[in-house]
Amino acid sequence: MLSFLATDHWYDLRDLANLYRVVLEGLDHIFPTGLVYVLTALLGFIAFFVVFVLPSQLYVGVYGERRLIGRMQARQGPNRVGPLGLLQPVADAIKLLQKEALTPRSADRLIMWAAPVLFVAPAILIFAVIPFGPRMVFADIPVSLMYFLAISSLPVIASFMAGWSSNNKYSLFGAMRIVAMSISYEIPLVLGLLAVSVLSGTMSLQGMVYWQQDIPTWMILIQPIAFAVYFIGVSAELNRTPTDIAEAESEIVAGYLTEYSGMRWGLFYGMDIAYALGASAFAATIFFGGWSLFGLEQWVPPWLIFILKTYLFYFVFIWTRGTLPRLRIDQLMSFAWKFLLPIALINLLVVAVERLIWTSNDLPDAIVWAFGAVNIVLMVGIVFIWAKVFKYDPKKRPTKPRLVNEPGGYRPVDLEQGGPSL
Amino acid sequence: MLHEYGHIAVLVIIALVFPAGALVQSWVFQFVRVRPRVSSDPVKEDTYECGMVTRGSSLPQFNFGFYVFALLFLLIDVEIVFLFPWTLVFEEAGAAGLLKVVIFLATFVVGGLYAWRKRLLEWR
Repeated sequence: MLSFLATDHWYDLRDLANLYRVVLEGLDHIFPTGLVYVLTALLGFIAFFVVFVLPSQLYVGVYGERRLIGRMQARQGPNRVGPLGLLQPVADAIKLLQKEALTPRSADRLIMWAAPVLFVAPAILIFAVIPFGPRMVFADIPVSLMYFLAISSLPVIASFMAGWSSNNKYSLFGAMRIVAMSISYEIPLVLGLLAVSVLSGTMSLQGMVYWQQDIPTWMILIQPIAFAVYFIGVSAELNRTPTDIAEAESEIVAGYLTEYSGMRWGLFYGMDIAYALGASAFAATIFFGGWSLFGLEQWVPPWLIFILKTYLFYFVFIWTRGTLPRLRIDQLMSFAWKFLLPIALINLLVVAVERLIWTSNDLPDAIVWAFGAVNIVLMVGIVFIWAKVFKYDPKKRPTKPRLVNEPGGYRPVDLEQGGPSL
Repeated sequence: MLHEYGHIAVLVIIALVFPAGALVQSWVFQFVRVRPRVSSDPVKEDTYECGMVTRGSSLPQFNFGFYVFALLFLLIDVEIVFLFPWTLVFEEAGAAGLLKVVIFLATFVVGGLYAWRKRLLEWR
């Protein structure tokens, strides 16, 4: 399985871990072990941050997303600073650093300053367990799925701190909304990912990539329900446009960010993009085969495959953001509790039964394709049944505008009396 | 294996220092005249309320739905925590383990259906 990584020369850049290991062995001869231990972590972090997070933050996140959203909304997007507007993220960063950080008189100063720091920390910590290649994991822990779920539910607390400490009505409304929405979508999300863990029999992200490489398959083909639940749940937790009721600018000024300005706001904004990238990387890992691509990873560097998959998935996030209108809070809540939670539970039990059949009868690996077919049929069936139960019938919607003077139509306005009183 | 968690511990320190550094940098900039100095002004420091003078407390009454959903979340989330170990010992537990998990989940399903029937899942 790992035969394509038989060479471990430093110049074998298909796996950057080779280069890294050679540097570490060199350091081990010079420094004592404890220092090397800290240096390992620092070097790994710098490599991750400089190679992946920072460029993607600036260019894919800020620039690419604004250009794409601009195109989707039939406008130009940033195109003034530098060629094609490529220097726009740098200009934004400089502008944010120069701006004054206002703190309202009645705000709770300490918590208001601490909230952006606590919001940023999980965004960096998420990337610790994401496998970029066969050995390119910052911390290869056996429970990295649980680690991811635990860390990704922390920023809600920071958002609530921001909303509460601002001492502003809009901030508090936004904070309450984000907490209510996050906890609602947390449950289907966890159940959906548990189903993935049950089928692959591991909770390590690296293990899931190997599992998909061995079959070989992609998890999305076998568990479409888990993927749908994950995608909807995570886009609700990320607070992006179809579900961004917490900072809905047309309802509650900017939600929990109302009182934030300057670099403190910039940290919130930048880390929203980092969370979206983290969620994309996670989805690419467990649903799209991670760094493996049906044997192609022997020739192309696995980290390149992985980063491309992550960006493709991030594009889907941008796409939904540019396409879908914002939902109301009652729609979001009932969707999470009445649709996503039941189908995630049913999916978990069905997958558990499938796995039991697979292991107890010692069936070949190809049986997962049968499971995949069953799950796809199950998904279609559930959506159909739910639509029937909740009587969603598109035909009953009015197809032509109702006239004001027909029976049951809108009441005509008497202009002589100055129209309806408010 | 445990040293991997040590790496995460080092990363926690970095993850806290990095944003704090950005904030400190922005704060320092006002003394080197890159950024205007923070000046206190009674209007500027007022709580933002769309240009109006702020009225009333910032702690208004809330929709009761928030508390209902928080309670339901607590009910279910605690239950889900117990499912994590089960996924790792799935093969050893076997059919008997699956049956126990189904019974375990059934208690929550009954509670959830009761809440649904009582129309608690509707946002009012």
